[in-house]
Amino acid sequence: MKRILILGAGTAGTMMANHLHKELSPNQWEIDIIDEQEEHYYQPGYLFLPFDIYEPEDIIKPIRDFIPHGVNLLIEKIDRIVPREQYVQMENGDRLRYDILIIATGTKIAPEETEGMQGEEWKKSVFDFYTFNGSLDLRNKLREWQGGRLVVHVTEMPIKCPVAPLEFAFLADSYFKNKHIRDKVEITYVTPLSGAFTKPKATTALQHLLDEKHIHVETDFAIERVDNENKMIVDYGGREIPFDLLVTVPTNKGDDLIARSGLGDDLNFVPTDKGTLQSKAWQNIFVLGDATNIAASKAVSVAHFEAEILTENIKRFIAGEPLNAEFDGHANCFVETGNGKALLIDFNYTHEPVEGTFPLPGVGPLRLLKESRLNHMGKLAFRWIYWNMLLKGTHIPFVSTHMQEAGKEFA
Amino acid sequence: MDRNIAGVTIQVNEEGYLTNFAQWNTAIGDALAAEADLALTPRHWEVLNYLQTEFKNDSPLSIRKIGKSGVVDIKEFYQLFPTAPLKTASKIAGIPKPASCI
Repeated sequence: MKRILILGAGTAGTMMANHLHKELSPNQWEIDIIDEQEEHYYQPGYLFLPFDIYEPEDIIKPIRDFIPHGVNLLIEKIDRIVPREQYVQMENGDRLRYDILIIATGTKIAPEETEGMQGEEWKKSVFDFYTFNGSLDLRNKLREWQGGRLVVHVTEMPIKCPVAPLEFAFLADSYFKNKHIRDKVEITYVTPLSGAFTKPKATTALQHLLDEKHIHVETDFAIERVDNENKMIVDYGGREIPFDLLVTVPTNKGDDLIARSGLGDDLNFVPTDKGTLQSKAWQNIFVLGDATNIAASKAVSVAHFEAEILTENIKRFIAGEPLNAEFDGHANCFVETGNGKALLIDFNYTHEPVEGTFPLPGVGPLRLLKESRLNHMGKLAFRWIYWNMLLKGTHIPFVSTHMQEAGKEFA
Repeated sequence: MDRNIAGVTIQVNEEGYLTNFAQWNTAIGDALAAEADLALTPRHWEVLNYLQTEFKNDSPLSIRKIGKSGVVDIKEFYQLFPTAPLKTASKIAGIPKPASCI
């Protein structure tokens, strides 16, 4: 009996467990999946929790409900991977041998990377929304906040769901309007990049959103520290931005176990072939989802498309056939713009998001890179699709693994 | 779009960043630096070479990462390429500016 070990039962790992369970013979392959916690969190929900759009129970379910019978789920802490000897060392002392290892350990925030971020004001006027607790604490803060300078801040790239902080700023505009205190709130969006939008087509199509919502943008801001005493963020060039409420996306890093295993880059992301999803260091280690270092977005849709391609590649690897370098970086994401509207974007390694129709070329019904109520309904419906189809590895009708060029306005 | 610089034709995007790193050479680097009012010293070149190596490894760049690289500290990086150092240095190095998905 041979064994596939999947590290991490989040979005990507759970999808792989479901795919491989369908594809591999149970007489030849044992499939084990390991996670350190009992609950699966619907992370896209962290964007909605602070604004009282979702409740905690909307976004937490037991991991066990999504792991197929026949796949062993272990709730244990992992110490490290020992690739040379093909085993995973558990904290409890167990050694789990593997023939094939799939790393799906995701990404975490690392506020400790920025001086002062976890200082006096942390959880008082400095919050994150990339963790369940951070998002919940921020909800409680927003419920009582009377207004002032709201600064929405991105520390450095890459981050999970690069568009989420911008969505946060859009939703904040709506939230304060609905509370009739929008005139008491200044919203500033602070980015290390050259703009809130960095791609030419998206900038042309979407710049007006920032103006309409009176969101002030500060670009090229490389944060050095959070000044807790004077409540401001300071960048390496000496620029200072004061805040009454700072909502920051801290540095994102891969799991510490990757560092302990000597498998990561300087941010603990695993160097991975961007087409095949095989690790660059070890042939029998594959990586998907947020844990990789590839230049695709860290997003559910990316994990979904990767899982379909990786399943094929693992079958090929087992059969001794060459791997397909097929992953094209495809991502497909709804972007909340507030006031009950959203955008849809579809892009890959080589094509920036453009206008057009989706998923059926020329038909839609969804319009790309345009605000609409239908797209917002799509974003809310996505939660149902996530729990009921995506995690279980069900193919989504009409949505192909590779990005389609038909129906899009590239010119 | 095409543009002529340092005696050759290269492809650049709307903001003047090279779209094909293979077309880059040191003369182009010097010319792009001159447009940013910079005269490149050996220290500039050490940093530019580091950025190009990271780009070839598909490794995303950030100011913090450059500060930890051992090649240059962040203070000096700002002195070498003032105001928005990563953007300026990327353009001169012939690599794309750091970007988000939209």
